[in-house]
Amino acid sequence: MNQARTNPLNTTLMHGALILYTLIALFPVFIILINSFKERRAIFRDPLGLPDAESFSTIGYETVMKQGDFFLYFQNSMIVTVVSLFFILLFGAMAAYALSEYRFRGNMLMGLYLALGIMIPIRIGTVAILELMVATGLVNTLWALILVYTAQGLPLAVFILSEFMRQVSDDLKNAGRIDGLSEYTIFFRLVLPLVRPAMATVAVFNMIPIWNDLWFPLILAPSEETKTLTLGSQVFIGQFVTDWNAVLSALSMAILPVLVLYVIFSRQLIRGLTSGAVK
Amino acid sequence: MKRARIRWHIAVFLAPAVIVYSAVMIFPLFNTLRLALYTRVDRERVFVGLENFQTLFFDPIWAEQFWNALGNNFWFFIIHMLVQNPIGIALAAILSHPRLRFAALYRSAIFIPTILSFVIVGFAWKLILSPIWGIAPSMLDAIGLKSLFAPWLGKEEYALTTLALVSVWQFVGIPMMLIYAALLTIPEEILEAGEVDGITGMSAFWKIKLPLILPSIGIISILTFVGNFNAFDLIYAAQGALAGPDYSTDILGTFMYRTFFGFQLQLGDPHMGSAIAGAMFAIILLGVCIYLFAIQTRMRRYQL
Repeated sequence: MNQARTNPLNTTLMHGALILYTLIALFPVFIILINSFKERRAIFRDPLGLPDAESFSTIGYETVMKQGDFFLYFQNSMIVTVVSLFFILLFGAMAAYALSEYRFRGNMLMGLYLALGIMIPIRIGTVAILELMVATGLVNTLWALILVYTAQGLPLAVFILSEFMRQVSDDLKNAGRIDGLSEYTIFFRLVLPLVRPAMATVAVFNMIPIWNDLWFPLILAPSEETKTLTLGSQVFIGQFVTDWNAVLSALSMAILPVLVLYVIFSRQLIRGLTSGAVK
Repeated sequence: MKRARIRWHIAVFLAPAVIVYSAVMIFPLFNTLRLALYTRVDRERVFVGLENFQTLFFDPIWAEQFWNALGNNFWFFIIHMLVQNPIGIALAAILSHPRLRFAALYRSAIFIPTILSFVIVGFAWKLILSPIWGIAPSMLDAIGLKSLFAPWLGKEEYALTTLALVSVWQFVGIPMMLIYAALLTIPEEILEAGEVDGITGMSAFWKIKLPLILPSIGIISILTFVGNFNAFDLIYAAQGALAGPDYSTDILGTFMYRTFFGFQLQLGDPHMGSAIAGAMFAIILLGVCIYLFAIQTRMRRYQL
């Protein structure tokens, strides 16, 4: 490699810039986490200090556990996210297979129709979605959220998955047909396992926005039994504004599950983003 | 001649996706646009044509709020374009440097804010910038700039910019990743050919890499545009539905929420809400069309 691209001064500068930005990115999260473990006076006296034996306290977490139903919220978020992802992947893969495998009249048109939703946000239709959910009695159920997120995730899922399904070898599918497999068996047994990496990418792309969404839970399912973690912590924090211990602990508890998911899936996510799946 | 038999499996494969997508996304979208043409008189729905839009654009009370929200929304977008995307490109350019150590670590760390929910981000920054807690003032004090501190989220003239910068902080990871991916696809031969001609370092970035990643910059611009014009969560989490102080952080998303859902003493009006949604739809559609027809067709010639 030539010299101009690896001179030590440049390297130092580059690391300097990256370290600086990494600090900016992580600082707020760090501050929230360390202060959630401190007693009230220490939070104000020394906000940047780590909790020590004297200032350590979990009073905030105790308040949160007592007052908020965080396990229920967590469970709701989990159900909504997992079920929506399941439908997005199943329905998305089926439609992608139909579009990429068969030639039929209206194929192009159907592809375009399904791709419309990639650029147009579903929130625009909120007024009518609420009306629809009221009419069908789905308001304040998790199904309302699951349906909305499934519809929202399908366009990009179909788009990405059909790109990948075009690469599955025709010989394999034809061999299956000669062996007398039905089209359904070919899809579920032969094609789906081969596009598993693409399905993982789609899942990871959809997971975070669904988990973090505030708009639809607020409008479609604000009742106590159906609150998601995001809405639940929003409401909780709004009520406890002056109880800093509780607010900081609630924030930390909301950060934690996402961080865990991120640690598990970050490779998949970054690979998906950088493999050009969204281009 | 035998007629081709109907291939039912195609319909079966397509049906679930098409039904859910049509029923929950496309139909409500058009229904919302239709509802914008009605109003409620004594519990009955009455067709009024474009009257709601006329109210929205010209009625003194509505128009002031609408243009305020629209103007704020543009400012929100401009801040993202001027701050988020350049920082994202710069970080990606550094990260894509060959043989940079710890690149994966930096990448993962810088992406963390992007995965957090708006609620967390909004409240965390509210606490940090709060004059009561004093983290921001004491940090500014440490570098001798204490006089610069102001309760940024509470001042009309700073609140919107502050929130836009918080949103930039949160989403810098996305342009960074997409540009990073684009930079990795540039073939080594092109860069080497540049080096032979004496184009290295910074000038290699400006003269070779930047023109080649222009299509990706186009994509992140349109993603930013669509994202910003349908933003809501961060403002709601940090400033509430009233988008205070005195509506100075009101954007189209919060305005639409207040209007159609109602807030405090204001009753919800689904028809005016639909009219605002219609305006948002038009703006987003316009942006997407400009992108598709003007920017993308012109950029194609740079593609590898």
